[in-house]
Amino acid sequence: MKETVLMKGNEAIAEAAILAGCRHYFGYPITPQTEVAAYMAKKMPKIGGTFLQAESEIAAINMVYGVASTGHPAMTSSSSPGISLKAEGISYLAGADLPALIVNVQRGGPGLGGIQPSQSDYFFTTRGPGHGDFHVLVFAPSSVQEMADLTGRALHLAWKYRMPAMLLADGTMGQMMEPVTLPDACNAFGDDNPWAATGTEMKRPHNIITSLDLSPENLEKQNFERFERYKKIEETECLWEEYLLDDADICIVACGITARVSRNAIVEARKQGLKVGMLRPITLWPFPKKALAAAAEHVGAFLCVEMNMGQMKEDVELAIRCKKPVALCSRVGGMIPTPDEVLEHIRKIAEGGDNA
Amino acid sequence: MIVFEKPHALTDTPLHYCPGCTHGIVHRLVAEAIDELGIEGRTIGIAPVGCSVLAYNYFNCDMIEAAHGRAPAVATGVKRAMPDNIVFAYQGDGDLASIGMCETVSTAARGENITVIFINNAIYGMTGGQMAPTSLLGQVTQTSPYGRDPKTQGYPIRVCELLATLDAPVYLERVTVNSVKNVRNAKRAIKKAFQNQVDGRGFSFIEVLSACPTNWGMTPQKALQWIDEAMIPQYPLGVFRDKEA
Repeated sequence: MKETVLMKGNEAIAEAAILAGCRHYFGYPITPQTEVAAYMAKKMPKIGGTFLQAESEIAAINMVYGVASTGHPAMTSSSSPGISLKAEGISYLAGADLPALIVNVQRGGPGLGGIQPSQSDYFFTTRGPGHGDFHVLVFAPSSVQEMADLTGRALHLAWKYRMPAMLLADGTMGQMMEPVTLPDACNAFGDDNPWAATGTEMKRPHNIITSLDLSPENLEKQNFERFERYKKIEETECLWEEYLLDDADICIVACGITARVSRNAIVEARKQGLKVGMLRPITLWPFPKKALAAAAEHVGAFLCVEMNMGQMKEDVELAIRCKKPVALCSRVGGMIPTPDEVLEHIRKIAEGGDNA
Repeated sequence: MIVFEKPHALTDTPLHYCPGCTHGIVHRLVAEAIDELGIEGRTIGIAPVGCSVLAYNYFNCDMIEAAHGRAPAVATGVKRAMPDNIVFAYQGDGDLASIGMCETVSTAARGENITVIFINNAIYGMTGGQMAPTSLLGQVTQTSPYGRDPKTQGYPIRVCELLATLDAPVYLERVTVNSVKNVRNAKRAIKKAFQNQVDGRGFSFIEVLSACPTNWGMTPQKALQWIDEAMIPQYPLGVFRDKEA
């Protein structure tokens, strides 16, 4: 049987990335994700890997770009304000079709905001964090176990599709401790990356890693090809979890810590005879649109529970084509909704009074 | 008998540079150094943003295009992942000394075992001739139309001297390519900067005072003279660090 250990969410990310075969980490201190860097600083030198505290978030993401160009898995981690700085590099990674893992342990914003948990980078991340037309794979863990599992998955899918992936955790996930069963060590990256810049060894034409194409015809073609890949990903890589949804009249949509709060509210609501269930998106891009559309066929209303001003709510409304009302229970600025607050919204909807 | 030929490390792609631009000369010197050291097969170059953004089409080794100013960070990532490869960054003054100054200084301070070739022509070329951090006092550019005024636009940055305040760099030299003699000297410096990396010695940096006749509004010949008359007094040639010496 596998060993179960007690770990902080941020440390689980670091250990899982190493177990998944990542040997290059570049970071810059920012609360509430610094434990990732601290863990890497201790561990990487002992396993022949790279830990480098970069001069800035910008430099860190560009170091990741450099490693990725050589066909090796690389990652960086930060929190919201730092991710804004990484946006340039993420766009270049996407434009050059390079795989990388970026971890965002979100805090309240905008600006310097606060250091308490938040989910307010939802728009920024799911719409492609940077200039240009692109997506990144986005994973929203809801437990320390998922912090570990989704880190490995994000790295491997980034590799499979040659695109950046983001682990979008809220600060709560980074800071809390839970038992976690660590995945087995593996390396799914392989050594054969014919596209990578590794030196020609005078045996092949030179490889060029670039996002630049001055011919609009070619650049359009590249964008079209990238979006063909995205379409495939939307069809095959969506992850979500359903909880007591089959007979539900009200469907809560929540991810990360708010999904756990909502679960408590659902248990209480059920005790009171209210048929409430939940659809928890695990991937935020691709977004589980089909599953939500299917739920819209049999539930009467949706309730989004978010730690932002209703960013995911827009995606839910789009997914269900506004067929059913979608209400919002939201706290921001580092505040976390309580099960009672969620229950209050459920009651209002049940009474027909909170149809947003 | 072959008396002159193109270095193998350059591709056959025709250069896009303006007449009289010295990028072509420096490309050739870098390629000659790569040829002579026999390192083309394990060299990875980083191209900047600016006039030499398309340098990746001209060098025969593997090439990576970096975001504006980020070449030293990209080079750091490449070198950490591939320590046995030879990694060089080729950057202009806007790229290296303005938007990328943080990466430049930090990479030098870490003493990354890479080679940086810095083209200083005191102007932003690709965007049409704007003031650079290395533009001279009084220099007229599109964004200093009345001449660079130190009261509002500050003073030109001497990058070699600035990096010479750091402990880590092993080799810092400023050269130019405005005469046959100076080209030969630049070749020696560039080759040494690569040799240092082959020997695992650390961060080597060559600043090349370069001509931009198009944006300086001069004939190619006058531009080469202007390097002697205006650039060198502000940016003296010479070795600022050589840990071997």
